[in-house]
Amino acid sequence: MNSLFYIAAIIAIIATIRMVTGTNAVHSLLYLIVSLLAVSVIFFLLGAPFIAALEVIIYAGAIMVLFVFVIMMLNTGSTGVKKEHELLKPSTWIGPGIISAILFGEMLYILMRPASHPMTSPVIQPAAVGALLFSKYILIVELAAFLLAAGVIGAYHLGRKEKLSYHRYLKKEEPTT
Amino acid sequence: MTIPMEYGLWLAAILFCIGLTGVLARRDVIFMLMSVEVMLNAAGLAFIVGGAARGSADGQVMFIFILSMAAAEVSVGLALIIQLYQKFKTVDADSASQLNG
Repeated sequence: MNSLFYIAAIIAIIATIRMVTGTNAVHSLLYLIVSLLAVSVIFFLLGAPFIAALEVIIYAGAIMVLFVFVIMMLNTGSTGVKKEHELLKPSTWIGPGIISAILFGEMLYILMRPASHPMTSPVIQPAAVGALLFSKYILIVELAAFLLAAGVIGAYHLGRKEKLSYHRYLKKEEPTT
Repeated sequence: MTIPMEYGLWLAAILFCIGLTGVLARRDVIFMLMSVEVMLNAAGLAFIVGGAARGSADGQVMFIFILSMAAAEVSVGLALIIQLYQKFKTVDADSASQLNG
């Protein structure tokens, strides 16, 4: 059981690094899916089977499919890959890398306590999660519903194409790029 | 499992920092959005680890909220990317630095 955790963790880290440093958008997306699947294995090991299933279905299924649709719609192709190669110089990476390394060092320093709780895994059944979700956190569930409704309306409004206007005074001028 | 809880939190911290590097370094908006997903996922992992160490279901409830928030954020973000591409014919974040409508 212990080695499963370590293997899944290493796969998650490697896949995420490959995702961040990749140039092709679709390849990066596939690495991101691998990373999410590895994290869902860890959730399963930690005694959260319901969350592991949700991670696979919603994250790796639904949200990543949205990404695939948008990448297909944009279809930047080989020009995008070439432009990304130009971005991957060390000079663009070194600043953000240092900032992230400092932050990571701080987190490690905070977590450097003598090892306390073992991650014991009494499996928490989905029924317990649901009972807690709809009793103690019912207000946040409703707020999440508001948020999702706002997301749907916002996505519809933003993703809509502009109406074609045939009158010349109503036409907007072309963006100057 | 006899792994201490700190290891799970370290994993969450590592994934979060990789995602942060991606957001800061990349200029393609799609890659930035994917890195944000990695960061949200790492935060959820920290919640699950904390919940598992205490043996309570609260961490899993929080992960469900993070999941719904990520779904809403991605839908709006991708719609914004499509708008950006229609206006500027590129997904470079620098092209939108002028904010002139």
